[in-house]
Amino acid sequence: MLRYILKRFLTMIVTIWIIVTITFVLMISIPGSPLNEERGTSESVQRNLESYYNLDQPYHIQYILYLKSIVTLDFGPSIKQPNQTVNDLLGQGFPISFELGMVTILVALLSGVTLGIIAALKHNGFIDYMAMSVAVLGISIPNFVLSTLLIQQLAVNLNLLPPATWASPLHMVLPVAALATGPMAIIARLTRSTMLEVLTQDYIKMARAKGLSPWKIVIKHALKNALMPVITIIGTLLAGILTGTFVIEKIFAIPGMGRYFVESINQRDYPVIMGTTVFYSVFLVVMLFLVDIIYGLLDPRIKLHKKEGE
Amino acid sequence: MKPENKQVPNEWFRWTEKDVKAAEVVSRPSLSYWSDAWYRLIKNKLAMLGMFFLVIVVFLAIFGPIISPYEVTKMDQPNQFHPPSKDHWFGTDQHGRDVFTRTWYGARVSLFVGLMAALIDFCIGIIYGGIAGYKGGRVDNIMMRIVEVLYGIPYLLVVILLLVIMEPSLTTIIIALTVTGWVGMARIVRGQVLQIKNYEFVLASKSFGTNTSRIIRRNLIPNTMGPIIVQLTLTVPSAIFAEAFLSFLGLGIQSPYASWGTMASDSLGAILSGHWWTLFFPAFFISFTMFAFNVLGDGLQDALDPKLRK
Repeated sequence: MLRYILKRFLTMIVTIWIIVTITFVLMISIPGSPLNEERGTSESVQRNLESYYNLDQPYHIQYILYLKSIVTLDFGPSIKQPNQTVNDLLGQGFPISFELGMVTILVALLSGVTLGIIAALKHNGFIDYMAMSVAVLGISIPNFVLSTLLIQQLAVNLNLLPPATWASPLHMVLPVAALATGPMAIIARLTRSTMLEVLTQDYIKMARAKGLSPWKIVIKHALKNALMPVITIIGTLLAGILTGTFVIEKIFAIPGMGRYFVESINQRDYPVIMGTTVFYSVFLVVMLFLVDIIYGLLDPRIKLHKKEGE
Repeated sequence: MKPENKQVPNEWFRWTEKDVKAAEVVSRPSLSYWSDAWYRLIKNKLAMLGMFFLVIVVFLAIFGPIISPYEVTKMDQPNQFHPPSKDHWFGTDQHGRDVFTRTWYGARVSLFVGLMAALIDFCIGIIYGGIAGYKGGRVDNIMMRIVEVLYGIPYLLVVILLLVIMEPSLTTIIIALTVTGWVGMARIVRGQVLQIKNYEFVLASKSFGTNTSRIIRRNLIPNTMGPIIVQLTLTVPSAIFAEAFLSFLGLGIQSPYASWGTMASDSLGAILSGHWWTLFFPAFFISFTMFAFNVLGDGLQDALDPKLRK
């Protein structure tokens, strides 16, 4: 187990290093200096600014400084928002985005698994057919389309829910619904197919023969194994939800990190773009790592200390 | 007890002429793998519906802009926000541009991006995965470590970074989407190639003296192409989604040219003012196309699985 964790940890570090390096290479390959647009600066001010941002150093020194700033989690100042550092923006926006993301993944997991189980139990029945139609639709409708649809129908036409901003739990309903539908659909389909497979296994027949109630069989015996594949895709789903927040926060005017990120893209505020990308990438890679470890701990069939190459 | 045969005298029995060759003749036409798969696909109603939808979308993407008398980028400010009518079937947008023309122009963009991304992923994936699986051992180990690291990189974040740096254009989007997109395909191809090596029935047909081209045609392709084709069909909708997503963020096709994502993004404000048609048509057709590809992919997955062959 330790060996496996160590190996995965090393892969994670390499992945992060590659992301950081790609980001650096992209940053220095931007045509012109990132400071060019600062108007009304004299030659000497320009030079001072360059030395302040270490832009006058050779690339390898810049690279080392850059790595150092990332290790210390200091992403530097924003170019376009005066007196704001990237860390300030992250500190303000990330908690909100994190809340949105976590609520979304929870909602998606609960509803997706429930839908999948029901569909599997009523295999080829009407409910199964309905649930899977909803799931295919959920995968096919992009979240920005769904959210505009929801705003128009539920907020503007029927006036049931607040259309935008982030103030009360009621404000969360629409953005979470728009963001959770896609992952929910994926989870429902996956749960259904693994559930169908698990239900034909001998130990389920055995449990049935013992006279256990159907619900006990599903909850205690089938679900445990059927959920394993679901756990493996949580990492990828998180990546999707996270990129989804960019769009959702823009549409719903939620003051999270995603909105800052989109604004920084439009304003070409390079330090913010780079900082956010690195931060989010590292966050996701660490999440993937944790999910893998949890999976290893949960599934008794995986022998983590098995020699590699198996 | 010995059966007695008193009613039927022995003289009634006589030897037939033994014809070894006749026993070997296949009396019914043998279904090849592809015709069998095709037969099963046709029986899948949902998949056929998807295919039908795709034919419609492709047809209109080709002929829509041709039959329409309006130009994609031609602005006609006095005619802005015309509701759908005989002159403008899908209405006009905030610059008086014909939404019908723009929708089908956008369809061309989306389909082109989707198909090109799938094709490029396929080429790189086949080569990379093929080499890794075929060589095996150390080469495979190293190549798959690289894939593992790349797989951990959040794909849309890298794409966003690349698009921020590069000039936004159709080519840039396709490059950005395929830079990390081929990894999934490479994994699948490698898995399939590894499987081929261990197939016993390939050895069996070799020992019958079957020639190589027949083995490839009858054994290898049917048993390996299935997952690859399915992956191809599912790459297309995810690339279409990615393009729409990026255009929505302002990183894709640039105005005045149309793509479904840009059209949806531009008309976000319009739904609040009641000009629903500017959003509805692009949004509907993104979902429509993604739905079509997804159900077709699902259908192919069932149809091409040789284990499900009856």
